Amino acid sequence: MYREMLLIRRFEERAGQLYGMGMIGGFCHLYIGQEAVVTGMQGALRATDSVITGYRDHGHMIAAGIDPKVVMAELTGRAAGISKGKGGSMHMFSVEHGFYGGHGIVAAQVPLGTGLGFAHKYKGDGGIAVTYFGDGASNQGQVYESFNMAELWKLPVIYVIENNQYAMGTSVNRSSSEDQLYRRGESFRVPGLQVDGMDVLAVRGAADAAVAWVRAGKGPLLLEMKTYRYRGHSMSDPAKYRSREEVQAMRDKSDPIEHAKKELIEMGAATEASLKELEKDIRAIVAEAADFAEQTPEPDAAELYTDVLVGKY
Amino acid sequence: MPEIKLPAMSPTMEEGTLAKWLVKEGDTVKPGDVLAEIETDKATMELEADEGGVVSKLHVAAGSEGVKVGTLIATIAGEGEEAAAPAAPLPLAEGAGGGKSPPPAPAAPAEAPKPAPVAKDSPPPAPPASGAETMHRQTVREALRDAMAEEMRTTPEVFVMGEEVAEYQGAYKVTQGLLEEFGATRVVDTPITEYGFAGLGTGAAMGGLRPIVEFMTFNFAMQAIDHIINSAAKTNYMSGGQMRCPIVFRGPNGAASRVAAQHSQNYGPWYASVPGLVVIAPYSAADAKGLLKSAIRSPDPVVFLENELLYGQSFDVPEGDIAVPIGKASVVRSGKDVTVVSYSIGVGVALEAAKILAEQGIDAEIVDLRTLRPLDSATVLASLKKTNRMVVVEEGWPTCSIASEIIAIAMEQGFDDLDAPVLRVTNVDVPLPYAANLEKLALLKVEDVVTAAKKVCYR
Repeated sequence: MYREMLLIRRFEERAGQLYGMGMIGGFCHLYIGQEAVVTGMQGALRATDSVITGYRDHGHMIAAGIDPKVVMAELTGRAAGISKGKGGSMHMFSVEHGFYGGHGIVAAQVPLGTGLGFAHKYKGDGGIAVTYFGDGASNQGQVYESFNMAELWKLPVIYVIENNQYAMGTSVNRSSSEDQLYRRGESFRVPGLQVDGMDVLAVRGAADAAVAWVRAGKGPLLLEMKTYRYRGHSMSDPAKYRSREEVQAMRDKSDPIEHAKKELIEMGAATEASLKELEKDIRAIVAEAADFAEQTPEPDAAELYTDVLVGKY
Repeated sequence: MPEIKLPAMSPTMEEGTLAKWLVKEGDTVKPGDVLAEIETDKATMELEADEGGVVSKLHVAAGSEGVKVGTLIATIAGEGEEAAAPAAPLPLAEGAGGGKSPPPAPAAPAEAPKPAPVAKDSPPPAPPASGAETMHRQTVREALRDAMAEEMRTTPEVFVMGEEVAEYQGAYKVTQGLLEEFGATRVVDTPITEYGFAGLGTGAAMGGLRPIVEFMTFNFAMQAIDHIINSAAKTNYMSGGQMRCPIVFRGPNGAASRVAAQHSQNYGPWYASVPGLVVIAPYSAADAKGLLKSAIRSPDPVVFLENELLYGQSFDVPEGDIAVPIGKASVVRSGKDVTVVSYSIGVGVALEAAKILAEQGIDAEIVDLRTLRPLDSATVLASLKKTNRMVVVEEGWPTCSIASEIIAIAMEQGFDDLDAPVLRVTNVDVPLPYAANLEKLALLKVEDVVTAAKKVCYR
């Protein structure tokens, strides 16, 4: 899990650099600071389960086991990108890895993920759907339409609210009459838990409990992950709505990777030296992904017209 | 002395069957007592007494079919009144229905007979693939249900969801009998939550199922349009072709009858403007069935636009498992003088107009587009090449319409074949009014099609 979190962190840092160099365009939402959430969750899942999220999706893809090269190549808009360069940062998918996107409309993934859960139940394949969304998305009406149907039909869905405290520039307190987001399912009888989303082991523990609950057919469950993003909402956000001190304090005291590192060393599961070695490996993987993403060609002009419809009419 | 007339029990009901009398002459009834069971094409409904009294006369025998709305069916003498011979039946204009009917189906808030222009007699169905099929008469409503049932029998991933599709048997009775045959797992009643269930259905399609999502009307789908367009239509492209979304969004579209502006809009042009969608709007029952089967089998997201006023109309439908290809228009009437292009209920209007034009020596060819996206411009252009004149007929607004698109195609690709400017005949460019006279003025009119056709023929 430490390795995975570090890979996401280094990948995102590199993506930020490539954005600064003009290699990545449009919107680009980095996951830095929130790595423990997806890492802890993913470890509790089976290969047959489904995962869906919003536009801050790079970390979820890496956690789902997707090759960082094809993710980075999508960010640079190349033919070798996972969406052939036609989706970009916010729109990436891998059916093979059970990763259903990558959705750019805030909260649209919530009913979609509920539908993935519906499909698991309909097929009786024992799978569950993990549906991630943010504190901002939690104020969209379709979230509650989804909670209602999921509980009504006892669908196998885990709703993970990644509460990074800011919906773009608006803090949870300024936007939410009930700011304890784990309680947001109460009027639909969807139980909720609040979890320290900066502690990967706490996340993993909550994930195991939630997966057991949902897989047992008890209906949906809501996990509120209290987390924090270090960077702006997207690359173009100067983040003037919070102080530099607030961010720095979070980095110093609550960083999920530093926290895990300390625990690993204390447990005797790793040494400073072995972790340095790991860091080197990860930097090499990320460098390779970035080089690939810079060098691999853009899509052929003919790709403009492909994949609009599947059928021939 | 109250006269009980057969009420209109939905905006589109014109006649019904008096299935059963629950009272007999001489009985005393209280307000709220059930007098009779009436079968409409949509449902069996109970007719209650508004006022108490003695049933003095039953004018229509139980089991009578085709009883027109407004027909005097019983006379009840008020308390203290002498039972007397009934007056002659009054005409319908006196407000058939009124307070006499039980509440209609939830989607049918108004209770007046329909004034909208609809062809009363249907043309033969579009030329089928081979000429040898046996035909049977069927309503559009039944044809749609059969299409779903047949596909559900062969493909376990196909399921239907929407408001009132299961236990209520469909707000417009299109899903009648499906719950009984396929059970609640595959025929799913949803809460009133269009945005939610459109998204849920789209997610289920991504997860490998083949949902049919019914909107009680497409007017309510505006709440859900983000999922139809952003989630369903764009995902295959955005994923480089790996994330399929085989889903059908279906339901009635366009004006119904006296349901006013928020319930009367044609969304054909909206959806037809979106790459990544297939958009179908059939006229006949044969096409409704064959195209719905193709839509369910399609690997793409399909918006399937039905029309409430066509649900009860009967057409010849070929027996058996016959799918009509998507993206192919149909020449429903062959002619040499002018091409009239239309789709959905507009085809009926065009056919009516063609009859009048024929009497005046103008031989109109009618092209039913059937699919709005991808549009079969080849058939339109071939007909234009033949007649050199064209009118587009559309039950919808004129601005940025399918008619606009057809005219652009004629300009760009058929300019040399044009002997006159293409004209469009559409609804008036206003929100649809409620008042019967204004509604009539706003909707597509046969006489306007006749006028336009004569104009392009310089007659």
